[in-house]
Amino acid sequence: MNEPVIYELSAPGREGVKLPHLDVPASDLPTELLREELPLPEVSEIDVVRHFLRLSQQNYAIDKGMYPLGSCTMKFNPKINEVTARLPGFTSIHPLQYTNTAQGALYLMYTVQEYLKEVGGFAGVTVQPAAGAQGELAGVLMMHKYHLDRGDTQRDTILVPDSAHGTNPATTSMSGLRVVQIPSDARGNVDLDALQSQICERVVGLMITNPNTLGLFEEQIEAVVKMIHDCGGLVYGDGANMNALMGVMRPGDVGIDVMHFNLHKTFSTPHGGGGPGCGPVGVAEHLVDYLPGPVVTIDLQLSEEDAPFFNFYQPAKSIGPLTGFWGHFGILVRAYTYMRMLGAEGMKEAAEHAVLNANYLRSQVKDVYKVSHDRLCKHEFVAEGHFDAAPDVRALDIAKRLIDHGVHPPTNYFPLIVPEALMIEPTETESKQSIDNYAAILRAIATEATDNPELLHAAPHNTPVRRLDEVSAARDPILRYQHA
Amino acid sequence: MKLDENARYLESHEWARKEGDEIVIGISDYAQQTLTDIVYVELPDIDDEIVKDEPFIVVESVKAASDVIAPMSGVVVAVNEALEDAPEVVNEDPFGDGWMIRIEPSNPDEWGDLLTPAAYKKVVEEEEAAH
Repeated sequence: MNEPVIYELSAPGREGVKLPHLDVPASDLPTELLREELPLPEVSEIDVVRHFLRLSQQNYAIDKGMYPLGSCTMKFNPKINEVTARLPGFTSIHPLQYTNTAQGALYLMYTVQEYLKEVGGFAGVTVQPAAGAQGELAGVLMMHKYHLDRGDTQRDTILVPDSAHGTNPATTSMSGLRVVQIPSDARGNVDLDALQSQICERVVGLMITNPNTLGLFEEQIEAVVKMIHDCGGLVYGDGANMNALMGVMRPGDVGIDVMHFNLHKTFSTPHGGGGPGCGPVGVAEHLVDYLPGPVVTIDLQLSEEDAPFFNFYQPAKSIGPLTGFWGHFGILVRAYTYMRMLGAEGMKEAAEHAVLNANYLRSQVKDVYKVSHDRLCKHEFVAEGHFDAAPDVRALDIAKRLIDHGVHPPTNYFPLIVPEALMIEPTETESKQSIDNYAAILRAIATEATDNPELLHAAPHNTPVRRLDEVSAARDPILRYQHA
Repeated sequence: MKLDENARYLESHEWARKEGDEIVIGISDYAQQTLTDIVYVELPDIDDEIVKDEPFIVVESVKAASDVIAPMSGVVVAVNEALEDAPEVVNEDPFGDGWMIRIEPSNPDEWGDLLTPAAYKKVVEEEEAAH
């Protein structure tokens, strides 16, 4: 059943809140700011509660079932993260209070920086960027400024493999630089000959996602890094797939100069609507001074036995602040909690299980779905959503049919280099039973595709709304609610 | 798959056609089929310079956003403004009403580097076979 929008539940004169008596002098708004009509819904508290509860029940979430969106790392967010983030000592501090009265919060930020330095193998980390994409922007701006500061002004190009995240070329354009795409070779690695042909003194650097969007570890990462460094460029590592590597391999150790972390992917903070994002950036020694600040440092420590005094600090050549105040602190509390709960060994195990689960699921479906680059994958793999015996069935049909079976579809049509891509990332938090169930559903759909393709074309059948008309929505979008 | 016998092609599925001294540019029938329903075409401005082998237009479908690569260099003299309101024309008539831009070529010899319809057909067949 379709839930009406809250405006349609409105009844004139109904109210949910009674304002308390005014205990300050009244002051009239200037007349030019007054509006005759304010179209807000008039609803009681129970109307609001029921409306949003019904909507939430129609929603699909990781708390309901498997959600294997490739590259998004929809791992379970442990509830203890929410407990710690709600501790009054964290929720009651004010961003403008003196730092000597908020040392606990600064200690937490400092410790998250230190942990991320260790996980990534970096000399410095900022936790300021508001999301992974902003972390990327910070990284590329730092790389460019580093060259400019050395008088190296002719560099204007970023090389981006075609197996990189779609945000990488977008970040490059946002930074005012030129994108040159590098193709992959037959094993799904960066094509070294193609890379060599683009090496020149115009190269600011390379942006590489490792493991890449095919879920494959870049086997020649050291050679790739060396080629870029030899021409004076820097290497940006997109840390979106860090879930496959944490505790096992440190990007800084193979010469990656800059990398962002996605706390919502790797460190179990909420995705999207659950809270703001956070995209910390780690850098090698030569870029530490360029970090967007403020970063948290130890201002004073009298002796080893004394507690250090933490303070905010703007690095000397910083590209400048990226967010208001001190970044998204509540998210750092959740990530800190996750890292403390797992410990170093636990983080390594999480990565190992993420890789094991992806390879297990791949092995359970690869005789039915063609798998791009059939070699051991990391945290995800890319299957092709088309069958010779059912030429009209496409990845989108399979994705929609998965909804009927009560699970969330994988990412589809990305990466672009695989036809009818289904990019599947089970994450470490799924059990063998839940992965077996997903494999059985994928296999059942493959059979349906040949026996009864119409079932797939018309899917989903069991949802409050059926197949949405994405084409009309994109061509003629209606962006504001219109009264019927 | 339809082909325009008078056009020349790029491996990345763009076409170019001579009309007088000018060159008309669009994307091939195979490209529009692969992209599926096109929902937006971001056109350049008149007088913009485009450079052979570099992206100059972004086409968005429900499936993907894709760069369109310039088959030849030159200065944009006309753009198909009708696509702003009706991008579906690219799906319906990629070689005709779905044209994208018209340029005055800065190096007409680049025409010789482009693929003939037969050579392009072979590229598409190889791409299909690879999947």
